[in-house]
This record gives sequence, structure tokens and C-alpha cells, in this order.
Amino acid sequence: MAGTAISMLWLRDLFAVVMLSGIYSLFAAVLYVVMDAVDVAFTEAAVGAGISTVLMLGTLALTKSKERAHKKISYGPLVLVLLTGGVLIYGTLDMPRYGDANAPIHSHVANRYIEKSGSEVGPPNIVTSVLASYRGYDTLGETAVVFTAAIGVLVIIGRRRKNKKDTPQAPKTKEGSTS
Amino acid sequence: MFEIHAGLFNYWAAIALMMVGFYIVIAQGNLIKKIVGLNIFQVAVFVFYISMGKIDGGTAPILGEGIKVYSNPLPHVLILTAIVVGVATTALALALVVRINRSYGTIEEREIIEINHAADHDEDTRL
Repeated sequence: MAGTAISMLWLRDLFAVVMLSGIYSLFAAVLYVVMDAVDVAFTEAAVGAGISTVLMLGTLALTKSKERAHKKISYGPLVLVLLTGGVLIYGTLDMPRYGDANAPIHSHVANRYIEKSGSEVGPPNIVTSVLASYRGYDTLGETAVVFTAAIGVLVIIGRRRKNKKDTPQAPKTKEGSTS
Repeated sequence: MFEIHAGLFNYWAAIALMMVGFYIVIAQGNLIKKIVGLNIFQVAVFVFYISMGKIDGGTAPILGEGIKVYSNPLPHVLILTAIVVGVATTALALALVVRINRSYGTIEEREIIEINHAADHDEDTRL
């Protein structure tokens, strides 16, 4: 997984980068199955590896698929990244250990969901019960976000066509004709 | 030292991935590559969350006969929502890239800045 991430850093062919990002998502999905999150793995494989990759390939078709040559290593960002990483790792030192059943995250509502969701909501899959019932507002907000993003995409990409139709001879539409 | 901190390896792996994504976002000039970097960062955060929900000996949170220990379902729910929202934001960012390419004819950050500078300079000389 780290290998795909780092090779994405070096590669200049954007098509390969996009494909590697799909592979990276699939690796993440495998990792989720190992950590018991089967629903998340489904979603990551379908949405993260599938739809994202298709969207990026579509963008590549509309723009350019080669990156210009650039400096190999820029030291300012590298120092910043290493500093941030160091601070984050320092922050994990007093985190609960992996797989610890007494971690604070397991001592609040999660137990109630596990014990009661079968009788209160019904479906055997606890994640479904929480998503659709206990935290239904989250899902409502999520659909609102997706709707807003769809409108945003339409506004951003759809505008030029409209201009063309309204004012076919206006000089403004020639701005973007270099592509 | 490794034995003491062995249980923290999951966090460190997530942080390493996060930093690779962060570096791509701030150091690379290509806009599509920046978005890919943002995705790497995002997935690293997801891995971080899911790894916190894991319990030793637990199974996937699907009710069944004779199962005592389930992993925590709450992070799974939160990350399900986050994945879908992440794709929505990615789509919006890619739309912006397409629009930028239409206006400037390039998706390299440096060239866009140069074009803007040249345009500013033109206006100054005309005045």
C-alpha cells in the first residue's frame, strides 16, 4: 500500500497515477476486511476504487495525461511533512494499543448498539441499523452533501456551453479555446 | 523499544500514508496529482479510524449465534459516510480542474501563476 502511494509520488504519467490510486483503494479495502469492517470494504471497493477512478479517467480525457518535468525533491515541503509526521507520532504514544477491548472508544454508545439494535431496529447487520436508524440524520446530511456537489459540478462545467448558445460571437468564449 | 510500541504500529502506518499524501498535495504542481494526494490522505484517515474500532478476537459487527465479541460498529458507520462524501468532493475538485484547463489550457500550477502574472503585467503597461 505504501509502495503504491510512493510510486504515485514519482510517476509522471498521470494515467499510471490514476490506476495506482485505484489499486491503493483496493489495498485499503483488503485492510478493512482484515480489521472486521466488511461494509466499509464494500463501499471502498465500489466507490473509492470504482467511481473515483472513472471520474479521474474522465478528467484525464478532458485535460492532459502527462505531467511536466519538475524538481525531484523540494526540501521545504519535505521538512514540513516530516515535522508534522513526527508530531503526530509523538501524539500516538499514549493512544490505546491496537485491539485493546478496554479502549475509551468501546465504552460509550457502541455497546448499546451491539446489544439492543437486533431487537430495536431489526437487521442483523449492526452497521446498517446504526446508519439507517440511530444516526439517520448523518445519512440525510450525506445525501445533502452529495446533492450539493452534483449541483456544483453542473454549475462549474455546464456554464461554458450555455454561454456559447446565448452569445455565439462573443469574444469571451474564445478564452478557453486553447484546449 | 519495538516491543513496547508494537500496539501502535497501526497508527504509525496510517500516519506514514497520510504524510505521503500531504507531501503530494503541497509539493507537486500538477492539479490532478494534488487531488490524488488528497485521496491518499483521506484513505489514511479512514484506515486510522477503522483500526481504532478493532477488538482482539472480535468479528465483523453482524449479529449471529454464539458470537460474544464484536468489533466497534460506530467507526464503520462514520467512515461509510465519509467515503461517499469524499467522492463527492473529489468530483467537485475534478470539475474545477476541467474548468481551469478550459480557461488556461494547462493544469500545472506554475504555468497558471505565470499566465496570471503576465495578464497583470499587460494591464499595468496598458495603464
